Amino acid sequence: MSAETNEVSSRALLSSDASNRSALERSHLDLETAEKPYLDSNELIINMGPQHPATHGVLRVILKLDGERVLGTECVIGYLHRGVEKIAENRTYTMFNPYVDRMDYCAAVSNGLGYCEAVEKLLNVVAPPRAQYIRVILTELNRIASHQLWLGTHALDIGAMTPLFYTFRDREEILKIFEKYCGARLTTHAFRIGGCQYETYAGFEKDVNNFLTFFAPKIDEYETLLTTNRIWLERTKNVGVISGADAIALGVTGPVLRASGVKWDLRKAQPYAAYSEFDFEIPVGTNGDTYDRYLVRMEEMRQSMRIIEQAVSRIPEGAIMGKVPKVIKPPVGEIYHSIEAPKGELGYFIVSDGSTQPYRLRVRPPSFVNLQALDVMVRGLLVADVVAVIGTIDIVLGEVDR
Amino acid sequence: MVEKYRSQYGSGLDPLTYLGQNYLAVDRSLIPDILRLLREEEQFDYCVDITAAHYPKREKQFDVIWILYSFPRNERVRVKTQIADGASIASSVSIWPTANWLEREVYDMFGIQFDGHPDLKRILLPDGWKGHPLRKDYGILQQDKEWVQINLGIESGQ
Amino acid sequence: MPNFIMSYLGSTVTPGEAGSQFWALIYVLIIFAGVSVAVICMNWIERKALAHFQIRLGPMRVGPHGLLQPFADALKLMLKEDIIPAEADQFVFWVAPLIGLLAAFTVYTVIPFGPSQAVSDMNIGILFMLGVSSLGVLGIVVSGWASNSHYPLIGALRSSAQMVSYEVAMGLAVVSAVLMTSLNASGTGTLSMIGIVQAQQQQGVWFIFKFFPLGFLAFVIFAIAMVAETNRAPFDMAEAESELTAGYHTEYSGLRWSLFMLAEYAAMIAVSSIAVTLWLGGWMRPFPNLLHAPAWDFIFSLFPGLTFGGLAAIAMIGAARMPAHSFFRIQRIGLAVFAALLAFSALLLLVIAIAGRSADTSVAARFREGIDYVYWFVLKVAVFMYLFIWYRATWPRYRFDQLMRIGWKVMLPISLGVLLLTAIVGVILP
Repeated sequence: MSAETNEVSSRALLSSDASNRSALERSHLDLETAEKPYLDSNELIINMGPQHPATHGVLRVILKLDGERVLGTECVIGYLHRGVEKIAENRTYTMFNPYVDRMDYCAAVSNGLGYCEAVEKLLNVVAPPRAQYIRVILTELNRIASHQLWLGTHALDIGAMTPLFYTFRDREEILKIFEKYCGARLTTHAFRIGGCQYETYAGFEKDVNNFLTFFAPKIDEYETLLTTNRIWLERTKNVGVISGADAIALGVTGPVLRASGVKWDLRKAQPYAAYSEFDFEIPVGTNGDTYDRYLVRMEEMRQSMRIIEQAVSRIPEGAIMGKVPKVIKPPVGEIYHSIEAPKGELGYFIVSDGSTQPYRLRVRPPSFVNLQALDVMVRGLLVADVVAVIGTIDIVLGEVDR
Repeated sequence: MVEKYRSQYGSGLDPLTYLGQNYLAVDRSLIPDILRLLREEEQFDYCVDITAAHYPKREKQFDVIWILYSFPRNERVRVKTQIADGASIASSVSIWPTANWLEREVYDMFGIQFDGHPDLKRILLPDGWKGHPLRKDYGILQQDKEWVQINLGIESGQ
Repeated sequence: MPNFIMSYLGSTVTPGEAGSQFWALIYVLIIFAGVSVAVICMNWIERKALAHFQIRLGPMRVGPHGLLQPFADALKLMLKEDIIPAEADQFVFWVAPLIGLLAAFTVYTVIPFGPSQAVSDMNIGILFMLGVSSLGVLGIVVSGWASNSHYPLIGALRSSAQMVSYEVAMGLAVVSAVLMTSLNASGTGTLSMIGIVQAQQQQGVWFIFKFFPLGFLAFVIFAIAMVAETNRAPFDMAEAESELTAGYHTEYSGLRWSLFMLAEYAAMIAVSSIAVTLWLGGWMRPFPNLLHAPAWDFIFSLFPGLTFGGLAAIAMIGAARMPAHSFFRIQRIGLAVFAALLAFSALLLLVIAIAGRSADTSVAARFREGIDYVYWFVLKVAVFMYLFIWYRATWPRYRFDQLMRIGWKVMLPISLGVLLLTAIVGVILP
């Protein structure tokens, strides 16, 4: 990938963005000027309102259609904005830990991992190896759970009702493990700054191994239902295509980027926690369409199982909490740390002013940046495909809006 | 890397490192050029984040930060600049299309205007919102009192 | 009076043919009641089967294992507030579901449950059927129009476009089946439904197996087209909840909506009946020629009793397995009573089968024959109903343009090809 192709493609991207955005603006803002008719003859503006079975939360998408073809979209977000970053400025570092789970509530453990590691970096503290292994196991379990939720809801949007129930039933096993470990299923607050608070419960390894044996045939079951299903192929192949260069230019990360052909995963590129000690592959797609994203996520589930298998067989003994002062007061400075959450690159930018509360805490949400690519992906598609593309980007509004 | 630009830009460019993370403190006037340089010459093709911080006691109150990543080099760099309240800064949408929503959010939360942004309007808050919440002088209690008074007609109990 | 009844039972033609208006009316009432009961059963089966496909239980509370759920639903829908949009066209809004219902139910006048068990065996039976079922499209368009809202209108237009496109393929598949009826000694075929089944009987083969794979292909085309005709998954884009246009029945609530659902299920049963009549041998038992001996006749005539016996056994087991808590006492009793009713009917059927085992014209034998005809017909239609539910549980839905492409670019050429080949193989080659 030379700088040249990047430049050319991002400029092309930009010009199409600019002209279409102004077209969208014209229809939006100049509604009743005398010399222009209300709408051009075939154009229709349809609102997929904040409450809609298929928008995965409170997302409003305004579609500008020409008959059935989508000419442009505008996402209106912020319905779930809770001011998490402002709250962070009034909480101590430890107090803020539970808030972090509530952003991407489908993958709370990842959020917690990113935050704890960012603060640990600021404190120049490293979590002990045992804590890191536990963190890896729980994070990968959470990755599987998040992908399962994605698969169920995405299939439901496209019309296949049954995978939803299968994935949710299997997800229960993971949530049971979380509940046994830290008491909560969804917003787990599993980690602490410096390590983990809870020791693995008696039977943790057995449970995790049982889950692995239980789940391996289940992924095959999901694949049997969908991967070679002719209707699924017709609904997802060549739908919502985004090229690798466009994806990089738009800042898209996670399975969406990997399905477009860019082999990049933060767990391999800039390893954190104990990921450098495990042997796993990064699935990459070729076309960047919905079907490739589906395949990439299915394969990611398998690779997560591989990581868990390796990790759970050799959890080192030792302490689970590093040397962290009772009152966490990081020295003045800034840090940016990001991890590979199930949805993409989740980053935390923390500015510390030496007190017990962060001066500025910025969360870089993967779903927010990925959602920007929706406009590019649905150009020229039909209305029914918009629903499929929203599902395939895998957004969680809690994260988009924070 | 920075050395060759030092000669061009002199003291407007300051490379620093903290906890192993490199960042550049850049003068506001140099920002569009430096960013473009980083994108084109140094191959920082992925704009990870654009954010800001508010230091009300400083003369130039806002810190605008770009976090960039380079795929070929597997390196991350931060670019920081300081701007005064009310001043505006050049938009980087022409360099990285990602910057579109990221800058809108900075505008929404801090009130920093970006010149050249195609569609600078609020993104997370409703269009008619007054004030920019992430500023340090934004009064949440005051906002709540006002809203309750206007919409519910009673005194807020906070 | 008994002579009157006997005279009817002894007839070998349908009441319509015999000009007996009284019996025709009785038949109409029986069919109307029967189809309504069948729709109610379908509702329960659909919810239970779909739930079991999705590893959940479905309705369990309303009656034992949810058996009274359809009644509760019907009651609820009848008691709901009847909302008519203010701007809607009042008369048209009122009449739209009735048109669909009319079209769906009128089809049943020609569906044969036996060689003389149909309301009226018109000699243009299949043509009448295709014509009347097309009227259902009118009901949909009219309902979308009368709602005075653009989403239902778009949904209605889409639905109607879909139904019209698949009718072409359906019609051609039907033509190839009708063509096969003419492959007899006299060289004349028939459009009458009873005649088609009798042609299969004479030619000794169900048309699905005739000139394999041509008959089978025609059957498959009809099977796919009928799913599209009735707006069922995977062709249910026009009425799916997660799409933008919520379908032609958005503005209808309560009883009016239930009329639409009634029409949809009745249409499903009607088109399945057509498929069964045209390709699967209608009322004939399996292997009529291969296993011809009277002993085999007797064994197959035991099937109705055994089926009901099996259902009674399942219900009994269900009643036995209910938790022993006092909350479940009434459900247990209810299910046991239901099982007893099923067992009683099983016994009755077995007695009739045994008593009428000779092939003469005694009352018992005629009863047995009639029951057998109806039983095999209903069994085959039930298989189709189960397939409808299976499709809905398994497959995602097609996008509308893909649906239309399949209707015009795939089904139409294939059905034309099958028709041509059937003509060549059946008529020209011999």
